[in-house]
Amino acid sequence: MERAASRREFLQIAGGVAAGLGLGAVVTVRPASATPAEMQEAIRSVVGSARVTPGKVKIELPPLIENGNAVPLTISVDSPMTEAQHVRAVHVFTEKNPQPYVATFHLGPRAGRARVSTRMRLADSQNVVAICQLSDGSLWSDSAAIVVTLAACLEDGI
Amino acid sequence: MASALINVPPKAKRGEIIEIKTLISHVMETGFRHTQLGAVIPRNIIRRFVCTYNGTEVFRADLYPAISANPFIVFSTVATESGTLSFQWTGDNGFSVTESADITVE
Repeated sequence: MERAASRREFLQIAGGVAAGLGLGAVVTVRPASATPAEMQEAIRSVVGSARVTPGKVKIELPPLIENGNAVPLTISVDSPMTEAQHVRAVHVFTEKNPQPYVATFHLGPRAGRARVSTRMRLADSQNVVAICQLSDGSLWSDSAAIVVTLAACLEDGI
Repeated sequence: MASALINVPPKAKRGEIIEIKTLISHVMETGFRHTQLGAVIPRNIIRRFVCTYNGTEVFRADLYPAISANPFIVFSTVATESGTLSFQWTGDNGFSVTESADITVE
């Protein structure tokens, strides 16, 4: 009995210490989330200093999502998608994920329709911004706000 | 290990816009997570997805860690001629998967 009890105690203490260390380490080394300013910087680094006008592009995102690990995202652009007039690229950014980039989709006249869907991760309730680049070089943007109940990136691996 | 699911209509009319759905099995490890002992789990993501239609690129995507595990991408293309659509995913640690689907255009 004496031996069994001490073994149990030892395991409990060891487990507690390990968990404490792990938690402490996680809290201290977790990267700070990006800020809206960083997102603006990221946008500038991708599209340059050209003027971005709201319109033409549309983000379809649920207003509230339970699980931030897989958020359905659809982006459509109002464009005839012809050789003369088409969407060249669509860039997606977030405000508060650890880094602001989500994806860049390169389209062209062969796409037929400017509509792309995927699933993204969201670390917090925030704004998602899409910027599309048309064949004439103009830039258009849209932004959508979303509330996330369970954030992505918070659970830790083994 | 990695397996991909592709949904391309087997037949289409010439000039019709077809929707293509792709799903690939991949962890998309962000590089921002830690083990319980505090070690960083290294990033392991798919960085690029390319779709070619009879050798011509019709769609390309650059992916970042903010894309969910098992990346699911839906896009469309114009059915121009019968042939093969080829899909390639490339990423960290030399990850590369190529799949193809045939389409008959009438």
